[in-house]
Amino acid sequence: MTDISLDRAESQLAAIWRQFRQHKGAVFGLCVLVFLVAFVLLGPYLWQAETLKVSEALKVKNKPPSLRFPLGTDQLGRDMLDRMISAGRVSLAVGFIAMMIAIFVGTFIGVLAGYFKRLDGPLMRLTDMFLALPLIPLLLVMVMLFRDRIAGIVGPELGAFILIVFAIGVTSWMHAARIVRGEVLALKEREYVLAARSIGAPPRRIILRHILPNVVSPVMVAATLGIAEAIITESVLSFLGLGFPPDFPTWGRLLFDGLQYMQLYPERVIWPGLAISLTVLSVNYIGDGLRDALDPKARGR
Amino acid sequence: MLTYTLRRLLLAIPTLLLISLVIFLLVDLAPGSPASEIPLTVPPEVRAKILEALGVNEPLHVRYLLWLKQFFWVEPLNGFDALFGTTHAEGLQRIISYQTRSPVFPLIAERMPQTLTVIGTAYLVGVLIALPIGIYSAYKQYSLFDQFGTMFAMIGFSVPTFFSGTIFIIVFGVWLGWFPTKYDTTLEVTDWASFLKQLRQMAMPVMVLGLANAAAISRYMRSSMLENMKQDYVRTARAKGMSERTVVLKHVLRNSLIPVVTVIALGIPSIFGGAIITENLFGVNGIGAALIGAIHGNDLPMVQTLAFIFAILIVTFNLIADVLYGLLDPRIRYD
Repeated sequence: MTDISLDRAESQLAAIWRQFRQHKGAVFGLCVLVFLVAFVLLGPYLWQAETLKVSEALKVKNKPPSLRFPLGTDQLGRDMLDRMISAGRVSLAVGFIAMMIAIFVGTFIGVLAGYFKRLDGPLMRLTDMFLALPLIPLLLVMVMLFRDRIAGIVGPELGAFILIVFAIGVTSWMHAARIVRGEVLALKEREYVLAARSIGAPPRRIILRHILPNVVSPVMVAATLGIAEAIITESVLSFLGLGFPPDFPTWGRLLFDGLQYMQLYPERVIWPGLAISLTVLSVNYIGDGLRDALDPKARGR
Repeated sequence: MLTYTLRRLLLAIPTLLLISLVIFLLVDLAPGSPASEIPLTVPPEVRAKILEALGVNEPLHVRYLLWLKQFFWVEPLNGFDALFGTTHAEGLQRIISYQTRSPVFPLIAERMPQTLTVIGTAYLVGVLIALPIGIYSAYKQYSLFDQFGTMFAMIGFSVPTFFSGTIFIIVFGVWLGWFPTKYDTTLEVTDWASFLKQLRQMAMPVMVLGLANAAAISRYMRSSMLENMKQDYVRTARAKGMSERTVVLKHVLRNSLIPVVTVIALGIPSIFGGAIITENLFGVNGIGAALIGAIHGNDLPMVQTLAFIFAILIVTFNLIADVLYGLLDPRIRYD
């Protein structure tokens, strides 16, 4: 029984996996990303920070790395390793969720524009307009102006999370939309779509059953690169002091907090910065490898 | 070509109007109202008068049209007056900053030179680094140099400027002490010594931004060169017995530069966005820093104006890139 399922997998996923493994950078990226995800997900179970009273915490502030505090402590005596783990959870969550919003919106608009000729013009003009928006300034303004209002409704932590994820998501769907539109335009002229239409399949079924499965590969690549972009954008916002609150940090926020103490304790900037850079680097490499692996023409060679 | 350019110019107008509306509405409908900036000790009737003077009681469309008029008519007129000493704009309401209670445009004009010196140099340095790397790694594809260049580009893509900038500050500013960690905007270049000082304080921001840009441009240069190296005309040139130097640096390079030039033009507006971070990190008192200051100070007119200027830059350079592409590449004909 296991043999059969293995045989089946060999035809599709295994071929992609085999091609993916050829790309050394991508394999390296995958290892690093798995390590980072494990670090933030399993970290809390492996490493529990001591609960200190304020008076105790003040005595251990600004400590260098030791057995008790593997990455040292910050200016308030908080364990840096613990903060790195919880910040990483938020950073990665922002990256993944913002990417999913962007991909969902992008695919939706791309399919509509590609499949329905009447919607193509207006939707693509909308995409062009979004591409011409100055994104970083607008994101800063959005966060600045709406932060307190949303924090008043759902609380400061969830508020910051929802606002930033939503803001990044709705301002980064354009590339996915363009890619999907291009693919759909080509796919809808294919014979099997014509066949589906001739037996009377409604547009909804044609799109869901015949077109969407075929745009998965370019969307996957765009999604991978989207994670990197979202993580960078979030850390830029946090870095400029307009991201997450200090008691609910992300890696970008930790870097921003460490900036004032950079001359005395450079490691406080280097750890979060390194984490962000490694995540983005590994995601970019994975995207590169996926692009090669998912392209059937390149795979055949 | 001319009709294409004109059509694109006409198409840019509705795009810009729509963007201006988005920026205006986003800032205007937001909860941070200018009323919250007036101290509570101000009596209510005075407060009402202040709000009336700020013009926030007018209906939305009136405020939007007024803002458009100020942006596209009053402010250019003021610029004209300042240049030629005329008085056309006398008595017309300008865009007033909430923070300083003075017109917004002179404030931005004051900040512009700092941004342009640092950003302009950085972009130039980036291009100058990127082109040789791209050319050589394409010429020696899969060589050690090429692999090193690929890695350099990947790292340049991935390490955000705020982190590479911080590392630069720690290494070159704090440990080695070669360069000052903060940019001194008041420095005036008058003689050789102050020029050297200016060079030293520009070195770090320019390197950080330049390397980040070089990463992307070198990739485009490389792939464009690779595409052209396979062409028939290269074989012909070699068969004619031309030197390798002429073939690569004259024939291939000129043709490969066409798409790269458009990429360079397209990158210019985004570098202004990147400048926000670098200016903040190194304390360059440019328009990026002005934007952050205005956002923190709830200075809505300043934020609207700056964001719209960024949008105009993006639309303009997109247009320039498209037209340049058509001009440089004879195979592309838009009409």
